[in-house]
Amino acid sequence: MTIKGKAYIAGIFEHPTRKADTQSLAQLHAESAIGALADAGLTKDDVDGYFCAGDAPGLGPLSMADYMGLKLRHMDTTETGGSSYVIHVAHAAEAIALGKCNVALITLAGRPRAEGMATGTVPRAPVAASPDAPFEYPFGPTVVNQYAMAAMRHMYQYGTTSAQLAWIKVAASHHAQHNPHALLREVVTVEEVISSPMISDPLHRLDCCVITDGGGAIVVVKPEIAKSLKRPLVKVLGAGEAPKHQMGGKIDLTYSGAVWSGPAAFAEAGVTPSDIKYVSIYDSFTITVLITLEDLGFAAKGQGGKLVADGNLISGVGKLPFNTDGGGLCNNHPANRGGLTKVVEAVRQLRGEAHPKVQVRNCDVALAHGTGGSLGTRHGSATVIMGRE
Amino acid sequence: MTTTERKYPAPAVNPEIKPFFDAAAQGTLMLKKCGACGQAHHYPRAICPFCASDRTEWITAAGRGTIYSYSVMRRVPVPYAIGYVTLEEGVTMMTNIVDCDLDAIRIGQRVKVVFKPTDGGPPVPVFTPA
Repeated sequence: MTIKGKAYIAGIFEHPTRKADTQSLAQLHAESAIGALADAGLTKDDVDGYFCAGDAPGLGPLSMADYMGLKLRHMDTTETGGSSYVIHVAHAAEAIALGKCNVALITLAGRPRAEGMATGTVPRAPVAASPDAPFEYPFGPTVVNQYAMAAMRHMYQYGTTSAQLAWIKVAASHHAQHNPHALLREVVTVEEVISSPMISDPLHRLDCCVITDGGGAIVVVKPEIAKSLKRPLVKVLGAGEAPKHQMGGKIDLTYSGAVWSGPAAFAEAGVTPSDIKYVSIYDSFTITVLITLEDLGFAAKGQGGKLVADGNLISGVGKLPFNTDGGGLCNNHPANRGGLTKVVEAVRQLRGEAHPKVQVRNCDVALAHGTGGSLGTRHGSATVIMGRE
Repeated sequence: MTTTERKYPAPAVNPEIKPFFDAAAQGTLMLKKCGACGQAHHYPRAICPFCASDRTEWITAAGRGTIYSYSVMRRVPVPYAIGYVTLEEGVTMMTNIVDCDLDAIRIGQRVKVVFKPTDGGPPVPVFTPA
């Protein structure tokens, strides 16, 4: 049993707001949903499956079905932080393949800016009864210092440099200049990245993603419906998901769960890294991209620094165009969760609807990858490979 | 730059892990070791994460190790070093590196355990250069 060819991504939407002072959380979810359904040429009454994660208000699918007036026969609330929505695409394809739903709606939204949340630099209060919390929370783990420990170890073990990491931000900024909705549209240099203030060694301010409000939505449908619509056909080819954790104290921060989710996705899709024309890689921090690209097989372990340097991730310049919307580093990281927008930009590329300045030519196979949680402790990795038909 | 004292939030102690913090109050670092597979683990659990046996036992750790990784959190009122220390017993634990020049911390550096009081709870194990 496979999901290959069993489901299509018919609708996508990225909410244009980056600061939602006047909208509620449920409203942002619903506005995103309506946007993606309109993109597909469908209405809310066509939706029979709904997928959301921990950012959804109230009791998730119950609250949102109530707010939007949905009649559902399938729900999924898989929660792996920012990678949830990449997993939702795969789970939607699975549900469609099994006949559990025909039109699956995935939504994401949040307003950390409007709420004044200290996203990256203040430890987040532990989820109730997290078994790890008594052995971590007293030591001040923040989002940024946890990822920083992964970066520090990668540098120690493989000689990765701050300049190499900076190239990831530089490439994202080259793409973001063409995106009118991007929070940061200014092209930056390697020197500007490494001279920006140190937040938590070795990660500088410009190694960190933006903090934005907003959201997005994806509509996944069964093949018969996709072919009845007027949108370019983007097919789900394969997917993989895996948690990575501390392994009882046998900690290794130099790799991510992409070492498991990636091969599973490639095997199901029947393609290899050399077949991929465009990648959307979760970029909470520059180090997240570098480690993920290694783990997905685009570079040997420890060689990611050479892969990302010298503009190799810039569309039209390098060999591996990535995050052509500007990614989380420059464009958007709605609700501190960047997985959904990764799928959205990959679909734009496959449709030929990316900005002309960053559109990859003959983009027939693309990959989107999410890393939710923390590289420094535990995270959920999710990979989805899609193809243009 | 040296470490000024940062306030340590209290760990939320529950019955499964109370012996760890009772020992910490006495200045002793404890680990869990499995009586079935023989492996030590951290954080401590009643059920072994390697073999799922419930025959886990508390052992006293030597309290010595090396820094596996670290990061100095700079953009906060009181900068501090978070780190992972690999103990002689083979497990790696999250902690802070304290009472030292934050700019002189290095991966591979030898460290030893000390205990710091928390805000209304039992003390927690942190590490300082050996």
